[in-house]
Amino acid sequence: MAAHMVQAEAVHKSFGRLEVLRGIDLSVDPGEVMCVIGPSGSGKSTFLRCINHLEKIDAGRLSVDGELVGYRQKGDRLFELPDREVCHKRSEIGMVFQRFNLFPHMTALENLIEAPMRVKKQNRATAEAAARALLERVGLADKMSVYPNQLSGGQQQRVAIARALAMQPKLMLFDEPTSALDPELVGEVLDVMRGLAEDGMTMVVVTHEMGFAREVGDSLVFMDRGVIVESGHPKEVLANPRQDRTKAFLASVL
Amino acid sequence: MTEIASGAPAQDSGTGRRPEAIKAIPVRHPWRWASAVLVLAFAADVVYTIASAPHLKWSVVGDYMFQRLIREGALLTIELTVIAMAIGIALGIMLAVMRLSPNPVVSWVSWFYIWFFRGTPVLVQIFFWFNLAIILPQLGIGIPGTKIGWFESTNTLIPPVMAAILGLGLNEAAYMAEIVRAGIISVDLGQSEAAQALGMNRLLVMRRIVLPQAMRVILPPTGNETISMLKTTSLAFVASVPELYTRASQISNATFYVIELLIVISIWYLAMTSVASVGQAYLERRFGRGVHTVTPRGPWERLTGSFFGSGVPPQLPLTQRSPDKVI
Repeated sequence: MAAHMVQAEAVHKSFGRLEVLRGIDLSVDPGEVMCVIGPSGSGKSTFLRCINHLEKIDAGRLSVDGELVGYRQKGDRLFELPDREVCHKRSEIGMVFQRFNLFPHMTALENLIEAPMRVKKQNRATAEAAARALLERVGLADKMSVYPNQLSGGQQQRVAIARALAMQPKLMLFDEPTSALDPELVGEVLDVMRGLAEDGMTMVVVTHEMGFAREVGDSLVFMDRGVIVESGHPKEVLANPRQDRTKAFLASVL
Repeated sequence: MTEIASGAPAQDSGTGRRPEAIKAIPVRHPWRWASAVLVLAFAADVVYTIASAPHLKWSVVGDYMFQRLIREGALLTIELTVIAMAIGIALGIMLAVMRLSPNPVVSWVSWFYIWFFRGTPVLVQIFFWFNLAIILPQLGIGIPGTKIGWFESTNTLIPPVMAAILGLGLNEAAYMAEIVRAGIISVDLGQSEAAQALGMNRLLVMRRIVLPQAMRVILPPTGNETISMLKTTSLAFVASVPELYTRASQISNATFYVIELLIVISIWYLAMTSVASVGQAYLERRFGRGVHTVTPRGPWERLTGSFFGSGVPPQLPLTQRSPDKVI
């Protein structure tokens, strides 16, 4: 049971009368890189947001590292977790957004040390040392005291990845991390993600980058209209899709 | 194609040649000059008419300008403004955060406060606090229905100045709450999501991420409120608080120099509001951090720049780049 980093069983989610997730079953092992592809509106971003409880699921089971997301089970009854514990769980999961969402009133370094200092109560020296190392790792050692609006999109996204890593997460979620970037900036962000994967980070990546999915992904999930249509090894699924919907989607994006 | 290419490049292209900067004769604006003359003539006439009014004693204006009572009144006006605004801002931020709270009780308490204090005139509120002793001679904390507790005479607890501070401050809080709320709502939702995803709790997200960014939207109307408050303090005359306006009216009651004293305090009010506007401009610059690629010039630099500038436009267009504009 606890062997999986993420486990979903029949996860359902509706916004009003719109059913966005209609029964998602999947599991992600520690160290696995899972890529999630699918047309817009297929529910892939919503599923990602459910994993760190930015959205609440309506039915089914969703657990991270063996613990239910947002609930605690006692006997056969579920108890909602108080805010404090939800926050603690979130602090162990890193998330990278399509639009970066860096804090514009803080420098790159301040963006990185904010949560370690305020949430993990690290002292400034410790947090800064870790932040410097991380910025160096994403190739931005010279941009520490620069505000986000002075950085290119690719640089901003690399800072955002470093910011998530600063909390030393056991799982990283990427929500279309390169979709808002100019084409020539996509590569630098994917390189950082590839490096992370090689270091053994568990990652769930919602993406449109089929090349990345093929080369870096350990598994691939194709979602459409709230369900998983097809899943398997990326090379397998991308080369020989079995379902008609997968074939049609791949034909339209490749 | 080749012709356009050879004429257009701003940077050195393959040819290594950069064309000269454009020197053109600017468009003439004769009507600007004509209208300026007309406006100046009209203004001069108005000033002359008032200045030469037969029964206006300018010497009295000079006598009272820095008279002790007026100086003390001006100081009290500033004190009232600072204290009332401090209460207004602190309580206003609290009310705004409460209003947006997921806790319905807290949210409704805030709604009711704003509804009540924004819905009744400040004049009435000041007068109410001033006259509270009529209906409640004593105020205090204790067990209801008994004499156990701590009580004090209302007149001691709420002297006239306190009545004015309560009236002005509590009323201001209701307006500030709405200004702060507008600022909070203006911050991109992605900001609080990113902060939440890092494990920050609601109050931390508000204090560290949302409010600092909301400041940019909150500051201009707050400056406006401060300037408005400088003048609204004159309503404290209903509680006989000896601020600037009360002092002026007391003096003119005794001397019958009504207009002269009004001129004196108008000059004082104008001076105080002018200083406040300059302070506001500097504060706005401070909180524009990370938004403007070019730091906007301060008011003083802008003024000198437009008179003695080197041909650079007095205010550079600010390049605003926010990540969500990138598609």
